Amino acid sequence: MDYMLLRHRDINNINQIDTFLKEDGFEGFKKALKMETVDVTNEVKAAGLRGRGGAGFPAGVKWSFMDNNNWPHYVVANADESEPGTFKDREIMESNPFQFLEGIAIASYAVGANAAYVYLRGEFWEVAHFLDEKIEEMEKAGFLGENIQGSEYSLKIYTHLGAGAYICGEETALLESMEGKRGQPRVRPPFPPSEGLYNKPTVVNNVETLSSVPYIIKNGAEGYRKFGTEKSPGTKIFSLSGNVNNPGNYELPLGTTFRELIFTHGGGIPDGKSIKAIMPAGASSSLIVANDEALDTAMDYESVPNVGGDLGSASVIVVDDSVSLDWLITKTMDFFHHESCGKCTPCREGSYWMKKLTERIHSGEGTEKDVELLKDVAYQIQGKTLCALGEFSTMAVVTSIERFPEDFKI
Amino acid sequence: MSLAEKYPQEIEKILAKYPPEHKRSAVMALLYMAMREGGYISKADKADIASMLDMTTTEVSSIVGFYSLFHDEKAGQYRLQVCTDIGCALKGADQYLADLCEKLDVKPGETTEDGLITIEEVKCLAACDKAPMFQVQSPEGIKYHEKMTVDTTLALIEELRKDAQEAK
Repeated sequence: MDYMLLRHRDINNINQIDTFLKEDGFEGFKKALKMETVDVTNEVKAAGLRGRGGAGFPAGVKWSFMDNNNWPHYVVANADESEPGTFKDREIMESNPFQFLEGIAIASYAVGANAAYVYLRGEFWEVAHFLDEKIEEMEKAGFLGENIQGSEYSLKIYTHLGAGAYICGEETALLESMEGKRGQPRVRPPFPPSEGLYNKPTVVNNVETLSSVPYIIKNGAEGYRKFGTEKSPGTKIFSLSGNVNNPGNYELPLGTTFRELIFTHGGGIPDGKSIKAIMPAGASSSLIVANDEALDTAMDYESVPNVGGDLGSASVIVVDDSVSLDWLITKTMDFFHHESCGKCTPCREGSYWMKKLTERIHSGEGTEKDVELLKDVAYQIQGKTLCALGEFSTMAVVTSIERFPEDFKI
Repeated sequence: MSLAEKYPQEIEKILAKYPPEHKRSAVMALLYMAMREGGYISKADKADIASMLDMTTTEVSSIVGFYSLFHDEKAGQYRLQVCTDIGCALKGADQYLADLCEKLDVKPGETTEDGLITIEEVKCLAACDKAPMFQVQSPEGIKYHEKMTVDTTLALIEELRKDAQEAK
């Protein structure tokens, strides 16, 4: 299969504009500019492209929610890639930046936005400067600015650098951050397509989602649907890490099995150890027991829940049998405690107590009651927070204790 | 000298990214700018940025406090920020950090005696397939260093030391 997203692996120097243009670059955007905007949105809807940031919400549907009685409109690319285990957006932006920028341009045209922003996590300082150069090249080549390609459409793309806060990957926290405030989630509704950046209708899409759009417009929804499954069409970049021989990004059709990713592409588990658990969606994951049933499960939005997880951003962390999960959840809790934005009490206080309890249990000073208390605190957070972070912080904790009780025997 | 006096054209360019009535959006970019000298944001910088963006100094301080890449205290010239989050930890990042700290005779959060390097432990940097890894945050910006060992790290520190001496 030729790459759809990681095209730089097939084509050298595709991050140079001349090469990109030779390889059909901006063909999707040129085609979109000749279409009615609503038809562009409908094509993306028909393709069934689902949000690649983790939530899996259909992108075209999101675009169609934009409030046309309130202007101006904005598009914001979510490049805050911070979920532990996820490192796909960075590769796209570094190595295939024009396809990503083309995706932003098409989305912006479709929703009538004349300004679009790329919100990058602050750590992507070098990537942001690189993108600034690429945006300038794109403008010089006549694909950004006023009256693009002789049309009446005008667009500017700007980068905006965050400064180290996982919560800013949540779209309303991201918008707060862009407005020059602390990155704390907003109460929803209203959702961004009604009131987003500066209270104006805004589409927020992940880097990988936007990078999938040029192919869809160029080849049509049917072309895109040749890959993946009926309900999860297309290809997806799986970020593979942890106890595996060949960690890295793998672009595969949705519906590929865990076994194929981990053993065929990832080369299996090092040092003669066995696979114990899979975290399919980074630190926010449930721990899936890595038995044959799980390994033969298709990685798509519908199938992963059958084995007790979610596909999320498809950041597959492999855990081998030398790892005790009482240790692993000290890591996830340290993360969520650090990253809780402090707005909702259950998450702010709960993550603090869960961190303390996981550390006490791991140190060997815990009692059986501490394990029960840890679960109890987790249950009390679930369903009681404004955004998903609170919920996410409980997933690894609860599923580790329930599915791997031997790791928590006192 | 205030930031506005030092970098007038650059500030204009940053402000032009946002609608004039929402210039507060520029606060993060200006805070990065303030860190170019000395690697931290001074009280005067905060007041300066606040007045440029029609914010209060308290509001600017709350932004500085919320985001982990903004610092209002002086540290080493280079902040060497090692990821010990789950992906890197499964690849031995905790041991790597402990060994590195031992070689440099510091604990995480501390600065080497010559004031050059502050070692910090940080959360996931989106490079889980290239562990152990760290970023170096300095007044010049942020740079990634991946697939590192203690030896290659010490060699890098030696280079940074030379750069710092030459700059002096």
